[in-house]
Amino acid sequence: MHPAPSVIIFTTFSGLGFGLLVWLGFGLPAVTGWTAFAFFTIAYVMAVGGLIASTFHLGHPERAMKAFRQWRSSWLSREGICAVVALILMALYGAGLVFLETRWSILGILGALFSLATVFTTSMIYTQLKTIPRWNMPLTPANFLSLSIAGGALLAGQVGTAVILLLIAGVIQFFTWKVGDSRLAESGTDMASATQLGGIGQVRAFEPPHTGTNYLLREFVHVVGRKHADKLRMIALGLMTALPVILLMLPFAHWVAVIAVIAHIAGVICTRWLFFAQAEHVVGLYYGKR
Amino acid sequence: MTTLPTSTQKKLGLVIDLDTCVGCHACVISCKGWNTENYGAPLSDQDAYGANPSGTFLNRVHSYEVQPAEGAAQLIHFPKSCLHCEDAPCVTVCPTGASYKRVEDGIVLVNESDCIGCGLCAWACPYGAREMDAEEKVMKKCTLCVDRIYNENLPEEDREPACVRTCPAGARHFGDFADPDSNVSRLTAERGGVDLMPEQGTKPVNKYLPPRPKDAMPEIDVLAPYLEPVVAEPKGFISWLDKALEKL
Repeated sequence: MHPAPSVIIFTTFSGLGFGLLVWLGFGLPAVTGWTAFAFFTIAYVMAVGGLIASTFHLGHPERAMKAFRQWRSSWLSREGICAVVALILMALYGAGLVFLETRWSILGILGALFSLATVFTTSMIYTQLKTIPRWNMPLTPANFLSLSIAGGALLAGQVGTAVILLLIAGVIQFFTWKVGDSRLAESGTDMASATQLGGIGQVRAFEPPHTGTNYLLREFVHVVGRKHADKLRMIALGLMTALPVILLMLPFAHWVAVIAVIAHIAGVICTRWLFFAQAEHVVGLYYGKR
Repeated sequence: MTTLPTSTQKKLGLVIDLDTCVGCHACVISCKGWNTENYGAPLSDQDAYGANPSGTFLNRVHSYEVQPAEGAAQLIHFPKSCLHCEDAPCVTVCPTGASYKRVEDGIVLVNESDCIGCGLCAWACPYGAREMDAEEKVMKKCTLCVDRIYNENLPEEDREPACVRTCPAGARHFGDFADPDSNVSRLTAERGGVDLMPEQGTKPVNKYLPPRPKDAMPEIDVLAPYLEPVVAEPKGFISWLDKALEKL
């Protein structure tokens, strides 16, 4: 898949923003007034910024309101609804904390649950696709949710919990890669099943339909970036999990926490780039590519 | 609604005969021509006369080389367009309801004025049947020439998809798969028509007829094996050259 910057920014920052909202919703940390304002601003800039970035890859963003209609069948529609509900609930809850110094805990818990649901529905947009066997497995939502909650804990300053959650997210990330690597082969979809010509013999793509490229090849067949995948995985795990965990073990200082957060975000961007760049869409098989 | 109909009254679709297709791409051109001038946004081209030409097509012809365990390789031309799946994953993923499957005839269509151009339907299609038009920024796909097949302004023989009408080899057939006696149902039954990527669970309506097995050329002359080989050992200059090169 083509690793478009808009979807990488969207999944990375929305995941972190909604992850932070989950913790704030449960009152961890139990902030009020201007401190609460600062926390909520960070969460909203990330969550809403990510959502706005996601509209950049739309052909017709002016029609985006129509995307709330098909929640019965579409995970993308469900995600939109969950995101809007979560943002409204958390805005009301946040307003109570900031301006009235009052905690409406039921509102906070509901907002936190919808924030979690937003991250889950985002992951299901990718997980549902049988055409991309690497994504089509339960580890994908586990990967998105664990990263979001761990990143949220890091941003919410829950140092002890963040260390454990970052390690869990790292382990899940490792297995997501490990299991994902063999998903295409296990799916049973290959050139023989795509063309149904395997009964005659070995199938080879002889000539593509056009001499030039096309939308399908640009969008679904991205082979260039896979060369350094192993190195990038190491770098991603180091930045996303190892470095923040080490920094959090050190005596607490604000600048150390800031470096931990920046490292974590850089690591997550790296894993999301790999998430798209390494994903093989089965349509590539018609072109003899994967 | 982007939920799929539980059943459709008709199942209109195509049979594509891989044994007959000569790979002339006439169906590609007639499809592009008809669908650029008629229903919906035109199929645009980018840099058509430049160094990197590319464009939107609803039908593309691939060519595959298939090497059997014994004997010569076969070249098979492979036209591919929307298969109008019964369990179309492109329809259910659509957030706006722009993608839908018609209850009356099973054709999968896009309502272009509702399409936000998110591209998710193309991600969900295993066959590469949907292409985002780079100019109009909406998703384009085969309509089974819905503006031809019911069009009473056209002579009756033209009321079939442009690709079928134009195919000079007769490799494309249009009909109703819900009717067991239709031309397409009978062809599929007689020739062992198959689904592409059946493991994807899309239940495509369009069927592909596999190439017929090649016959083997029998030995024409029973005495031929007893004849002396024409050239056994090289003679003269070639013989000398052969030996000289051996020694090197």
